[in-house]
Amino acid sequence: AFSANKNAKGNYEVTLIPGDGIGPEISASVKRIFSAAKVPIEWEEVDVTPVIKDGKTAIPDEAIESVRKNTVALKGPLATPIGKGHVSLNLTLRRTFNLYANVRPCRSIVGYKTPYENVNTVLIRENTEGEYSGIEHEVIDGVVQSIKLITKDASERCARYAFTYAQQVGRDRVTAVHKANIMKLADGLFLDVCKQVAKEFPSIKFNDVLLDRACLHITQDPNIYADTVMVMPNLYGDILSDMCAGLIGGLGLTPSGNIGRDASIFEAVHGTAPDIAGLDKANPTALLLSGIMMLRHMRLYSQADAIEKAVLTTIAEGKTLTGDLGGHSTNTQYTDAVIKKLSA
Amino acid sequence: TISPKKYGGKYTVTMIPGDGVGPDLAASVKDVFKAANVPVEFEQYDVSGMTSADDKLYKESLDSLRRNKVGIKGTLFTPATKLGHTSFNVTMRKDLDIYASLSLCKNIPGINARMSNVDIAIIRENTEGEYSGLEHQSYPGVVESLKIITRAKTERIARFAFDFAVKNNRKKVTAVHKANIMKLGDGLFLRTCRDVAKEYEHTGIIFNDMIVDNTAMQLVSRPQQFDVMVMPNLYGNIVSNVGAGLIGGPGIIPGCNIGREYAMFEPGCRHVGLDLADQNAANPTAMLLSSVMMLRHLNLDEHANRISSAVYETIQAGTAKTRDIGGNSSTTEFTAAVISKL
Ligand SMILES: Nc1ncnc2c1ncn2[C@@H]1O[C@H](COP(=O)(O)OP(=O)(O)OP(=O)(O)O)[C@@H](O)[C@H]1O
Ligand SMILES: Nc1ncnc2c1ncn2[C@@H]1O[C@H](COP(=O)(O)OP(=O)(O)OP(=O)(O)O)[C@@H](O)[C@H]1O
Ligand SMILES: [Mg+2]
Ligand SMILES: [Mg+2]
Repeated sequence: AFSANKNAKGNYEVTLIPGDGIGPEISASVKRIFSAAKVPIEWEEVDVTPVIKDGKTAIPDEAIESVRKNTVALKGPLATPIGKGHVSLNLTLRRTFNLYANVRPCRSIVGYKTPYENVNTVLIRENTEGEYSGIEHEVIDGVVQSIKLITKDASERCARYAFTYAQQVGRDRVTAVHKANIMKLADGLFLDVCKQVAKEFPSIKFNDVLLDRACLHITQDPNIYADTVMVMPNLYGDILSDMCAGLIGGLGLTPSGNIGRDASIFEAVHGTAPDIAGLDKANPTALLLSGIMMLRHMRLYSQADAIEKAVLTTIAEGKTLTGDLGGHSTNTQYTDAVIKKLSA
Repeated sequence: TISPKKYGGKYTVTMIPGDGVGPDLAASVKDVFKAANVPVEFEQYDVSGMTSADDKLYKESLDSLRRNKVGIKGTLFTPATKLGHTSFNVTMRKDLDIYASLSLCKNIPGINARMSNVDIAIIRENTEGEYSGLEHQSYPGVVESLKIITRAKTERIARFAFDFAVKNNRKKVTAVHKANIMKLGDGLFLRTCRDVAKEYEHTGIIFNDMIVDNTAMQLVSRPQQFDVMVMPNLYGNIVSNVGAGLIGGPGIIPGCNIGREYAMFEPGCRHVGLDLADQNAANPTAMLLSSVMMLRHLNLDEHANRISSAVYETIQAGTAKTRDIGGNSSTTEFTAAVISKL
């Protein structure tokens, strides 16, 4: 849980990683809106352009120090460096700060129509092991073995976070998604651990559902999952979180948080959109919603609520939308509109 | 090819109704076949996965399948506990090497759906991948589960997909994978699909590939872009269920499992449906359309066409809709309506 202290001026210091492409523009928008909402935050801007250290991709020391000190960061999209020897930066961040759980809420945005209305899902994905263990080998030519690794420890901290998060956002149920009928030991362990952890949270109900059924039911009627926090191993989380994002219209509107032992990093999950970078056309909503998640993580609920309301009503009114939502406004105009709503 | 057994002008087919909604659906097929004078006799085995004690009956059903070469089944329940038996469904596919699973995810006129103009053939590898069943606890609290991908099995599933595309006049084959993360395993799957695609270049069928998380997102936003999809075992489970959600549920998606020697027909989403067991409320469409696929496989095209037309007409008429597609008719009422249209 968040436990940093305010500085002498009464503000929390938060690391900001503006990122590449449209990153700087949408970060600027978030800063303006946060300051208009009088959020008690001082940004510490850092650059994470990777450096090669001992032949491996690394994040500059100042950036690491900043995140470690502040324990929270907001991050724009990063371009993945191309070429051998580069591990993706996201993976590097995950390893550096032990980011063990990924949180993805997806909520329909009034004013942006998709075939699905009333989507309100929350999904927590174990982020460090499972099918992403990276342990693979070719046994003989043409036969490959990939290991899905499930451990009690990783499952437990992920499950515990799911229950904690449910409490924090006022949901009264946690649902484990698994395939323990087929992967009896691996998913079985994940499921057992969730059941165990559930006992520590008597006020929150627990149930579980097979992956097949979850896929079916979410796409039939996502509303079924509107009162619960879904928790699952890495790969299922990867797939279902993107699917839920699809239900509300894509990655342009979905926030995400990476919860870690040493820090938590909130980020927009869309890419750097090089095609519109620098043109003041980008939609800052996903990063804004990530920022709002971050505020709730820091227990700054009233500011989070106020900003969220301003953002959602601006979109619902539909007068000042960016191109990706079918409007003609610039990022700046949209940001101005949100700020106006804040003071209204 | 598979040569089914025919005695005295009749085919003998193994039938395993399965658990949950299975018995109600099997009854529907039997009633419709009888009314349509289909020259098929069933050898029925009421195997159940609800208890672990059914090993003997399970083995008998496999023997019957080996004799008859063709079967039709519902889904057998598999407990999600370590002590419970392993999946009969999976074991059966492995024992008989029925390696290719095909589910047809297509809008049916008369059924309200989230998405329209969906017509996807989902082809999944049935015998390896994440369903290898190879797992162990290497240390207390640390479990490894093996996903096996082989070039040989990938090659034959990829060929199956392209052959299917050619035969059915399809335009595109999409391989679904996670090769950016599982570089060796899914990497092998993807490379092998690409190699096979080259052999089919002259057919004009387009080949592309998509990472599985993006696939899930694309499915719920623009499913019309997909035609034939081919993938490892687990992704098939996900894609067929997402597909089902888009067009009206598991009750309307037929499927089959095909191997070198045997063919087994079963609804494409493979749900047990315990919640609807013994309620006479399940939708028999998926099972009936699976049986239609079986009839085509047996070269009984005329019977196949009559039954499929009757099913589609019944749904379009809308007078005997089951609950899952927005009506309140029972399974038997739906079946009776189909029979009246024969
Ligand atoms: N925040 C945004 N506002 C407006 N349009 C966006 C936004 N994010 C993405 N897009 C649009 O969606 C498309 C795909 O975006 P994405 O960010 O994934 O770009 P990309 O080219 O894949 O970059 P990257 O290589 O970083 O993934 C782009 O064409 C872009 O115009
Ligand atoms: N033929 C059918 N007609 C109508 N609905 C069906 C049919 N088959 C499955 N369903 C529905 O699909 C959903 C998924 O079924 P599933 O088999 O996952 O349930 P189950 O296995 O009985 O329960 P659990 O997943 O808890 O073990 C259920 O709501 C079931 O009612
Ligand atoms: Mg992803
Ligand atoms: Mg991108």
